Amino acid sequence: MNNSVTNTARLLGAGLRALLVLTLVTGVLYPLVVTGIAQGLFPGRANGSEIKADGKVVGSSLIGQAYNLPPEEGRETPAPDLKWFQGRPQNGLGTNSVNTRYKLVLSGATNRSGDDEELVQWVKDAKAAVVKDNSTDTYKVKPSQVPPDAVTSSGSGLDPDISPRYADLQVHRVAERNGLSTAQVRKLVEEHTEGRTLGFMGEPRVNVLELNVALKELTAKS
Amino acid sequence: MGPVLAGVLQLLALMAALALACKPLGAYMAKVYTSDKHLRVEKWIYKGIGADPDTEMRWPAYLRGVLAFSAVGVLFLYLLQRLQGHLPGSLGFAAIDPDQAFNTAVSFVTNTNWQSYYGEQAMGHVVQTAGLAVQNFVSAAVGMAVAVALVRGFALPHSRLRSSGGTPIRTGELGNFWADLVRGVVRILVPLAAVAAVVLVACGAIQNFSGIHEVGQFMGGTQEWNGGAVASQEAIKELGTNGGGYFNANSSHPFENPTPFTNLFEIFLILLIPFSITRTFGSMVGSVRQGYAILATMATIWVGFVALMMWTEFSHHGPAFEAAGGAYEGKEVRFGVGASSIFAVSTTLTSTGAVDSFHSSFTGLGGGITLLGMMLGEIAPGGVGSGLYGILILAVIAVFIAGLMVGRTPEYLGKKIGSREIKLAACYILITPALVLVFTACAMALPTPANSMTNSGAHGFSEILYAYTSGANNNGSAFAGLNADTQWFNTTIGLAMLLGRFVPMVFVLALAGSLAEQKPVPVTAGTLRTDKPLYTGLLVGTIIIITGLTYFPALALGPLAEGLA
Repeated sequence: MNNSVTNTARLLGAGLRALLVLTLVTGVLYPLVVTGIAQGLFPGRANGSEIKADGKVVGSSLIGQAYNLPPEEGRETPAPDLKWFQGRPQNGLGTNSVNTRYKLVLSGATNRSGDDEELVQWVKDAKAAVVKDNSTDTYKVKPSQVPPDAVTSSGSGLDPDISPRYADLQVHRVAERNGLSTAQVRKLVEEHTEGRTLGFMGEPRVNVLELNVALKELTAKS
Repeated sequence: MGPVLAGVLQLLALMAALALACKPLGAYMAKVYTSDKHLRVEKWIYKGIGADPDTEMRWPAYLRGVLAFSAVGVLFLYLLQRLQGHLPGSLGFAAIDPDQAFNTAVSFVTNTNWQSYYGEQAMGHVVQTAGLAVQNFVSAAVGMAVAVALVRGFALPHSRLRSSGGTPIRTGELGNFWADLVRGVVRILVPLAAVAAVVLVACGAIQNFSGIHEVGQFMGGTQEWNGGAVASQEAIKELGTNGGGYFNANSSHPFENPTPFTNLFEIFLILLIPFSITRTFGSMVGSVRQGYAILATMATIWVGFVALMMWTEFSHHGPAFEAAGGAYEGKEVRFGVGASSIFAVSTTLTSTGAVDSFHSSFTGLGGGITLLGMMLGEIAPGGVGSGLYGILILAVIAVFIAGLMVGRTPEYLGKKIGSREIKLAACYILITPALVLVFTACAMALPTPANSMTNSGAHGFSEILYAYTSGANNNGSAFAGLNADTQWFNTTIGLAMLLGRFVPMVFVLALAGSLAEQKPVPVTAGTLRTDKPLYTGLLVGTIIIITGLTYFPALALGPLAEGLA
């Protein structure tokens, strides 16, 4: 009995020492070396791919933002600022419930199933809003033109991109609201459309923040 | 080019990359686990542990090493979380509650990485980097060690695998656990992870220690961002088939998985070791063709599942998807439906559980495919190490079934599959389904657990079935609509993970010990050839039939009911 207790203690001691040594290798040295290399070679990317407009940091090219008007009283959800290109719905995002001295965005998805009634309603409402917001006096959007990414929330809730189809849909509205010609805005969208990597990886996409930064520059010039 | 064709091309590119990498990496790993030499850094580590790496262990000693190391791991990680409020470098985050800390500690030590917490608001730098990420390495190395021990059971004593100073290996010895653990970390996981992490940073994954800081926004005001050692953790998270995300959104978060290329690269990392280790197996048992037969089995199931998943996701059956015009809910634009389907299948056919898109919002049948992938026991190609030992158990069962059909004593790799061996294999394949079905039944029968469901009806049932399937199979992905941060779920899923990891390992090592004691029998004309396509077909059939018989009733209540509605 005594013997087996000693043996177990000795074994657990070896386990603990192994864990501590391997923690030093994989939990201290490894991340520090990688951080050193990352900060040395790719400082911009390692720190979040920040982009600037007018000399000020306006976010990360990788993280989607909301382009809304300031909140009004009596409205539950803020209204989109239609002057700017709009990203995807963000119904899955949350705010932090613990460590509340910070104001953190909790990334995430809605996790609703395809037969969830509320999700069906969100999609229908979003589609109606996209049709209404993007129709101008001279340009009418048909519901069949609205691509799926325009009416669904992404996995992270922070999707920085929209499909080229959704960007095209917004061209007339954006041109009108900024006093630009549709040709100018369409050219801007084309310049910011990225195809599949090497022609086959992923899907074609338009980065909304980069597009809006370019749009701001264009409107300031004209 | 349409999205379907792009999806198929991405699948083909992935297969080509894996085909190129498997042979050299698998052969290298065989060398790592059979070499007599110790690196200098390894000698220092053995000195620190106080263990002699050349002592041969029989299976009980090997198992004791596994269990002691893992028990200490759970306790250490539990304490780290409980003390987080007092640890420096924790961003001032509070301690984790006891039930959640238990769940998380078990989750990372068992290679599951089920997460009932939100990474960005709960875990500071120290817990993430020196706690969770460390288990990403060592839990993977433990899995590989157990797999290698089983392979030695088949290979010994007719080929000498480790010889120290020329002393002959006695029967029943499986190698040294500490040596296998340390070599797996030092020679395989750390170098590969370091390269992968740098590639991820080069594409945009973050790697800094800037804590939580404010960043400007386009419309004015600021947002608060988490900094962190994300790329270094992401690399081992995929490579070690762990799956615990730095952020709640896991690999769909742009800081973890920024581009279409990194997405494919992460799938590649998930599959790299599980596929390559079949070559290691082939080399160690002295016939690479035996390794190819296992590889072919894994690859057949994986490709078949990807094809099914793409078909159901592209055809997007379901009211919300039909209203939207595509199954884009929970998916990122940069990946699209095709690559998201490949990721979802790869993560659930291995023990990874990382997600680049949310399985709960897949089509009914798509969600069912992710569930079925885990129910197969994660063997195609499975977790690092656990995939190989899982499929070898099924290979033993397949040989046994074939033996019954022709009325011969079954043999596999020159070892007789007698009553003791088949009992151990049968226990192995029973334990996980028992955990899944009993816990699911309890959760459904009790009044309160069902309050955690976001969706109702068949999908609500799938949420709970998925949670226990994911836990007991050590996957870690979720139908994340389920609010799993309750005492009931933290505790029962914790137990499912613990029992689902270590009870099967007991049977694997006992089987390894029993095989290692046997003298090999010579191959005769009547021996079933286990290195031929016929056997691969038999093995695929065995896997599908056993899983189907076990889980069909439960699947019919959940995803099938939803998908066929």
